[in-house]
Amino acid sequence: MNPFTTHTGLAVPLDRANVDTDQIIPKQFLKSIKRSGFGPNLFDEWRYQDVGQPGQDCSARPLNPEFVLNQPRYAGASVLLARANFGCGSSREHAPWALAEYGFRAIIAPSFADIFYNNSFKNGLLPIVLAADEIDALFAQCEANEGYALAVDLHAQTVTLPDGVQHHFEVDAFRKHCLLHGLDDIGLTLQEADAIRAFEATHHAAQPWVFGGVG
Amino acid sequence: MSGKTLYDKLWEMHEVSRRDDGSSLLYIDRHILHEVTSPQAFEGLRLAGRTPWRVAANIATPDHNVPTTRIERAGGLAAISDEVARLQVQTLDENCADFGIPEFRMNDARQGIVHVVGPEQGATLPGMTIVCGDSHTSTHGAFGALAHGIGTSEVEHVLATQCLVAQKMKNMRVRVDGELPPGVTAKDIVLAIIGKIGTAGGNGHALEFAGSAIGALSMEGRMTVCNMAIEAGARVGMVAVDEKTIDYVRGRPFAPQGEAFEQAAALWRTLVSDEDARFDTDIELRAEDIRPQVSWGTSPEMVLPVDAQVPDPAQEPDPVKRDAIARALKYMGLCARQPITEIRLDRVFIGSCTNARIEDLRAAAVVAKGRKVAATVKQALVVPGSGLVKAQAEQEGLDKIFVDAGFEWREPGCSMCLAMNPDRLESGEHCASTSNRNFEGRQGNGGRTHLVSPAMAAAAAIAGHFIDVRELA
Ligand code: SF4
Repeated sequence: MNPFTTHTGLAVPLDRANVDTDQIIPKQFLKSIKRSGFGPNLFDEWRYQDVGQPGQDCSARPLNPEFVLNQPRYAGASVLLARANFGCGSSREHAPWALAEYGFRAIIAPSFADIFYNNSFKNGLLPIVLAADEIDALFAQCEANEGYALAVDLHAQTVTLPDGVQHHFEVDAFRKHCLLHGLDDIGLTLQEADAIRAFEATHHAAQPWVFGGVG
Repeated sequence: MSGKTLYDKLWEMHEVSRRDDGSSLLYIDRHILHEVTSPQAFEGLRLAGRTPWRVAANIATPDHNVPTTRIERAGGLAAISDEVARLQVQTLDENCADFGIPEFRMNDARQGIVHVVGPEQGATLPGMTIVCGDSHTSTHGAFGALAHGIGTSEVEHVLATQCLVAQKMKNMRVRVDGELPPGVTAKDIVLAIIGKIGTAGGNGHALEFAGSAIGALSMEGRMTVCNMAIEAGARVGMVAVDEKTIDYVRGRPFAPQGEAFEQAAALWRTLVSDEDARFDTDIELRAEDIRPQVSWGTSPEMVLPVDAQVPDPAQEPDPVKRDAIARALKYMGLCARQPITEIRLDRVFIGSCTNARIEDLRAAAVVAKGRKVAATVKQALVVPGSGLVKAQAEQEGLDKIFVDAGFEWREPGCSMCLAMNPDRLESGEHCASTSNRNFEGRQGNGGRTHLVSPAMAAAAAIAGHFIDVRELA
């Protein structure tokens, strides 16, 4: 997993509350056997004018010019400004996979759905909760100023606006540690790699037959 | 101080470390993979730039959605008509090839249902920790192993670290003592146990099956019992090691050979619960009391002896249970107090990781021999658990017995157990099935599954309705 320390990136305002995971990545894409390849189908129903099918080449599809991600001034955005209860609905981990693959590193919203919030940390995506009035101001400024970029510092737990104003955010210490060091569950276990190897050596000596391959 | 249970011993043998939150890192000896729950795990591994910790710990075979007709199978991968199924099988092949994981591919003679193949190959050994992305991994506990199912993210975790983050469970023992009546099998034992303790009875427990009736079972029978531990709510089912266990394992391809085998066997013989071991929960059944079982509802605990009548919700004082009974009867299209022997069958399925081993097929063949499937039964399938089971059965002439009686003889796979491939029930159809789950829609939308032993399934196919197999004599 990509560690997250600091990140400065263009912000894009997605001005809708209760964006659910089916809107983030529609269900027809869940048949996939992969956990990559979802980026082009992020917000599929809003982004394109036709109905997306798995395995399709999205570059030729008609874009919806109205949708905020399609506006040229937001091309390359990596910080998503969102409204309340972002990521509600089904538990599909495909949602953070799609957001991360599109290029988002942080999502700032007044609140997130639980499972989505958890899943985001596991995928190197930082969900940041700020107060509703702070978010309102961010939306207004972002829409008014082209090239509006935000600087996120996970270590200091701050979001810095272009004018130097800083907002503090809360994050659970354990999740912060994992994200700072790029540790997913597997990464955490691998921190004990020496213990595993030591165990393996003893186990091998006691029960060598366990380690035999195909006879 | 009291002694240790078999589960305690297996746990201790594999505990790498204990964490502050009470969970442990458990070392995994054997990891079995199939096409449905592994693709995203491999993908995750690749995306993170990781490789399997110990390649030789893994073994793979496609089973859940391989087709079982000879025509489709003969055409290989390209002939799998369901696109998703084809892609999953092909992806398993590619992933195993990429990472060097041994795989028995679709048309390899050793291919089959993961829980049949592991023991058959000796990839399942006593004393091992064994996991697989499938809940019926409890099957392997029949060998005095610690075995259970895991999810896809855990599949990736095991691939990458050879460990699982696990929490120790409580100990439960189910003793079945005495002698089984003739015509009563391992499947009837486990269905009777689930009928007694319920589908949540084993929640949070590792379940050891013990007692003289369990000891008297063959290894195949013990696998059938452990297979359904999960249906009793226990992720882990186990039977202590004895000479039968050791004899079964001897000479199998993945098992140690010669001197190494004797050395292993000496250790395996210690894999029994100590006399003075303490269990958190103890249950007892008398083998003599068990009759051939038939599930009538939509949960494996809704099961009764074949000579019983389905329950009457009006007789149930508990309103929650009353509701559940009424709903199950409605789904199953049954009336209160209808005798089980009056349930007519549309299809019969003999197969699955519960009952598709050679002994199961023999038991069904004894009943089918010289008889005919009833004209009212639309389809009766026999699906061997593996290519080797199929070959053995054919060598014994069982396939001819089945075909002569009007059964279809298929290629190995999960088949109608979960209806991921084209073998499935139509809405409203009743099926006598030797599988393990009778949930709504499990064998096809609207399908009505009745869980039974192989002999009872064969008898139902002949009679066209349920019948005590002992009356067919
Ligand atoms: S036979 Fe049925 S229960 Fe067994 S592994 Fe296959 S699908 Fe699962």
